[in-house]
Amino acid sequence: MPLWLFAFLAALAIVSALGVIFQRNPVHCLLSLVVTLLTIAVLFIGEDAVVVGFLQAIVYGGAIMVLFLFVIWLLNLPVESGPAGHLALKLFGSLAAATLLAELFIFLVPPHLQVKYSGHPPGYGSMENLATTLFANYLVAFEVTSVLLLAAVVGAVALARRGGAGPRPATSRGAAPR
Amino acid sequence: MTTDLAIGAIKAIVVLLLALSLAAVLLWFERKGSALIQDRIGANRASITGFGARLGLPNFGLVNTLMADPVKLFTKEDFVPEGADKFLHALAPFLALFPVLITFAVVPIGDEVTIRGHTIVLQAADINAAALYVLATIGVGVYGIALGGWASNNRWALLGAIRATAQMISYEIAMGLAIIAVVMTYGTLNLQEICRAQGGVWFGFLPRWGIFLQPIAFVLLFTSGMAESKRVPFDLPESESELIAGYFTEYSGGKQAAFMLTDFAEIVLVAVLITTFFFGGWQIPWLYRDGFHLPGGAFIHVNHIVVALLGVIAFWVKTIVLCWIQILIRWTLPRFRYDQLMRLGWKGLVPLGLANILITAFVIVSMGSAQ
Repeated sequence: MPLWLFAFLAALAIVSALGVIFQRNPVHCLLSLVVTLLTIAVLFIGEDAVVVGFLQAIVYGGAIMVLFLFVIWLLNLPVESGPAGHLALKLFGSLAAATLLAELFIFLVPPHLQVKYSGHPPGYGSMENLATTLFANYLVAFEVTSVLLLAAVVGAVALARRGGAGPRPATSRGAAPR
Repeated sequence: MTTDLAIGAIKAIVVLLLALSLAAVLLWFERKGSALIQDRIGANRASITGFGARLGLPNFGLVNTLMADPVKLFTKEDFVPEGADKFLHALAPFLALFPVLITFAVVPIGDEVTIRGHTIVLQAADINAAALYVLATIGVGVYGIALGGWASNNRWALLGAIRATAQMISYEIAMGLAIIAVVMTYGTLNLQEICRAQGGVWFGFLPRWGIFLQPIAFVLLFTSGMAESKRVPFDLPESESELIAGYFTEYSGGKQAAFMLTDFAEIVLVAVLITTFFFGGWQIPWLYRDGFHLPGGAFIHVNHIVVALLGVIAFWVKTIVLCWIQILIRWTLPRFRYDQLMRLGWKGLVPLGLANILITAFVIVSMGSAQ
């Protein structure tokens, strides 16, 4: 991927990520997030991680974000009117946030941990490579993760059932009147 | 370098124009076809200069559909309802149309041809992971419809949008499972290679088409594809008798035309994908790169470029037949009820798709160990 294209996509991703934070309307925030995720998908594809890129677009862009949209609609979130609170409180808040950002830069990215990017072998992001890695090198981790996710799904269904429409009481319909 | 760029641009434009014009012609197909099915005459009013009538031809209604209607749509008032999100209301129709159109980029409309030393693959973009690309673009296509309904500030439109979103997400899973089974069978995500693998015949008469290897996946993809295009019997998002027009209730003029075009482009897309996966794409039985090898040893030599052209024609003929079948189904079946729709998707198609993948995997593994 040429540098100018990378710079453009990266800038687009950052601008739309800022849009997620700064916009008032929750649906607009969500759309900005979609743009960010899709831009990152294109970045993946541009760096030859083709399968990961398309999966990002399918799973995050096409499925998870649509579910978010659903939740926003169903909760009927109001348009925010800006952060509440005193001016001094806002100032203090932004100061704290800036400090945190600076700390993150200083402590999380020490120079000796920065990885020098030195290219990648051809075809490393192909379906074959990804499948071999997942199902040969990391098979146990992969299976354990899938079992965990399955348990989470079953748990979610069980919880939703107990709260909402459970098995109907026999007196509601069809049962003999006493 | 410049030649390659020019070839790429020409291919992209040709594929786009073919898809768009077929979508427009389908509108006429549907009007006259539905008239045929319901024993009506159909569009027959507009006629430019009465040229056809002077020749004694019946009025086919082509002027109505292909000239009068677009002019009418694009000169109508572009209405934006009060309280609507103006930006998203304007963006949504194109957000719906764009993903459908770019999906055509990876569809192989023909074999490769060699002209003056340039080998040209008759496909706008030869992507290796094309099957994933198709799923990604179809997945992103939900936003246009969802946001169009939401931005209109209308309860009917929002209800339509919610229905459309739920329906499309549910049927995308079945669609993905169908495509996974096909990809497992051919061992590649590349649509051009999937087409190539479907060349030749079994037992001398049966074309090696995907439908004979993956009949269940064909049913899955056809059903979920029709659900994705949101037409009867899956037209709950826009059901006139309940929601006026669903998610595009508040649209008029050119934007409404964009939504309509999306619907028809989706029909073409479903037909094109099914042709590619299950009907050999551009393959013609017994036609190989050098000519026809007929059963019984007969051989007719055909020029290389003519073979490629025949392939392109075969591809679009198959596509048009599949489009016609979709229109037939649309004018034959009544609309589903919403719970029936969800039951069919989650309790019918998804388990069927999973079972199909399991069976396919068993067959592939047992065949591999037998060798």
